[in-house]
Amino acid sequence: MTYKISENGNISTVFLDGEIDMDVTEKAKEIILPLVEAGKEVHINLKDVSYMDSSGISVLIESHQKALEKGTKVIVKEISKSVLKVIMMAKLEQILNLE
Amino acid sequence: MTLSESKDFVVHSSNLKEVRIFSREVFEKINLPQEQKDELVLAIAEAAQNIVKHAYKDVEETNDKMQIKISFKDNQLEIGFFDKGKPVIPENIQHRKLDDIKPGGLGTFFIKQIMDEAIFKKNQKGWVNHLVLTKTI
Repeated sequence: MTYKISENGNISTVFLDGEIDMDVTEKAKEIILPLVEAGKEVHINLKDVSYMDSSGISVLIESHQKALEKGTKVIVKEISKSVLKVIMMAKLEQILNLE
Repeated sequence: MTLSESKDFVVHSSNLKEVRIFSREVFEKINLPQEQKDELVLAIAEAAQNIVKHAYKDVEETNDKMQIKISFKDNQLEIGFFDKGKPVIPENIQHRKLDDIKPGGLGTFFIKQIMDEAIFKKNQKGWVNHLVLTKTI
């Protein structure tokens, strides 16, 4: 997994690339959670994420819940079809902010 | 069509990608919709992840291998997982309730959603745990 971050005012967009599994979840959390902790609105762009398992879904949930605690929000954007299917399998499409 | 392929992987999270590559290569040989292949790869990856995460919990480094065997015959898909980690107590395996939104606990739920059956078999010579996932295709 690789990533890049762009900043626009209080919005940080994290572009993730590759496959997100247990092996990279700590790295993903290290990228996303400090932005949320800092009170940023975080957009997680998944257009280049071809695979995500339950570990990746956990990162999305943890980020979402941390954002609620901090009074900000995480929006998951440009979700690939295969990843959306996993999110829906977990019945999270009404819980997470998806665009 | 009949097919049976197996491969060993050192038990480590860095090898989960290799598990997916192996699974995808095997499913390329079976005439299935891509969506279904993706689901089956996810189920295999989740089961392999459970071995790393639970059967080898608190084990920093190991040279132990797990074996994954994919068999297909008469529209019956059987996927075997063998490992030498801590013995699994099947009764203790539970996925979290879906309305209890929190990180973790989804892997087993995904496996149950995708496969028809998941059972632990006993007395596998040389192995500690033997999980068998089955699905009629």
